[in-house]
Amino acid sequence: MRWFRGSGEAQTKSVPKGGPQRISRRSTGFAEFTRTLTGFRDPAILDLGPTSSANISFLTQYGGRVYNEDILRAAREFVSAHKPADADSIDPKTFFAENLEHPEHRFDAILGWDIPDYLHEALVKPMVERISRILRPGGILLAFFHTKDAGPDFPYCRYHISQGDVLDLEPVPDFRLQRIFNNRHIENLFKDFSSLKFFLARDNIREVLAVR
Amino acid sequence: MWKSRPDDPAERTPTQSNSPAVAAPVSVPKEPRAPEPQPKLAENFRAEVAHIGKSVKVKGELSGSEDLYFDGEAEGSVDLHEHTLTIGPNGRIRAALVAREIVVHGKVEGNVCASEKVELKRSCSLIGDISTKRIVIEDGAFFRGAIDIQKEGKPELRKPAIPAFTEEPAMAIAVPQTSFLDDK
Repeated sequence: MRWFRGSGEAQTKSVPKGGPQRISRRSTGFAEFTRTLTGFRDPAILDLGPTSSANISFLTQYGGRVYNEDILRAAREFVSAHKPADADSIDPKTFFAENLEHPEHRFDAILGWDIPDYLHEALVKPMVERISRILRPGGILLAFFHTKDAGPDFPYCRYHISQGDVLDLEPVPDFRLQRIFNNRHIENLFKDFSSLKFFLARDNIREVLAVR
Repeated sequence: MWKSRPDDPAERTPTQSNSPAVAAPVSVPKEPRAPEPQPKLAENFRAEVAHIGKSVKVKGELSGSEDLYFDGEAEGSVDLHEHTLTIGPNGRIRAALVAREIVVHGKVEGNVCASEKVELKRSCSLIGDISTKRIVIEDGAFFRGAIDIQKEGKPELRKPAIPAFTEEPAMAIAVPQTSFLDDK
């Protein structure tokens, strides 16, 4: 695993006038995610990214319930409130007592985006364990991981669903890339899941569809 | 030829003492027009919408049958049934909200139920579940909870088209799960 030193928060960069420009990318992993969703009846879907009306309007088409929980923002507030000297003093139990607190097997599908790459180190593994608990057996998780070509300055992006296989990426200078996972680390991370599908794209993002 | 006539109304109009000396505009006879609609004044707005200011704290049940702009603190429940509830930027609500339309600029902790529409503005923070027919969320709004979109009739499941992967070829690898040593 490759680590990037420095603060978890990105330095504020100037945002172009009229807002940051969105980049559209085709996502095979997301297409597979939506294809699987169509097989679920009234699915409960959890979006772990920032609130996006595009995502909500797209996901509500599937007839179920959509949940939204911006876990990165919550983690940033938690970490900054505790002002720890090092990663060991962050208590994941305290964090997850207030966040991702849902009944077991509540969700059919979870959109994890690229959160593991930006989340505080102490919270990554407990977050995946919690996801594994709240996802029902047969439920799916979509997560993205940056490949080794992405550096620490790789911008954090908000993901907006444009179509069934197209995502709009909106760069926002909110978070800094913390690490790069290789395939083996990803497999370790999702060891409680029954299967993993990797989709290797050309734009330094590795997409993973994990089935609980 | 350009000298204005003595009975020109522009000449007769007394000039303001502090106004700069400018050439008098040529007066064009105008047909009487209907008065232009004036923009809504704050007083008018307040007259049409009940207004609760930021220094007001309410504990308990708040209900009404008119539109309400709430910029204070509330704990309990707010029920406007067939009217619009606007939570102002200073609003701090820990209550269940029920109205026809709910617009949130401030902070809300509690479930929100609007029979028509919910609008989450850029500055808003909402922790709770939303139940409504339509929802508008501005970029920057913070929301944590569940959304139930109420649809008239049976909800239709719109199946996304099967994508064509011509522009960005990808490789799918199914990985059987085995136990790996965690090398963290």
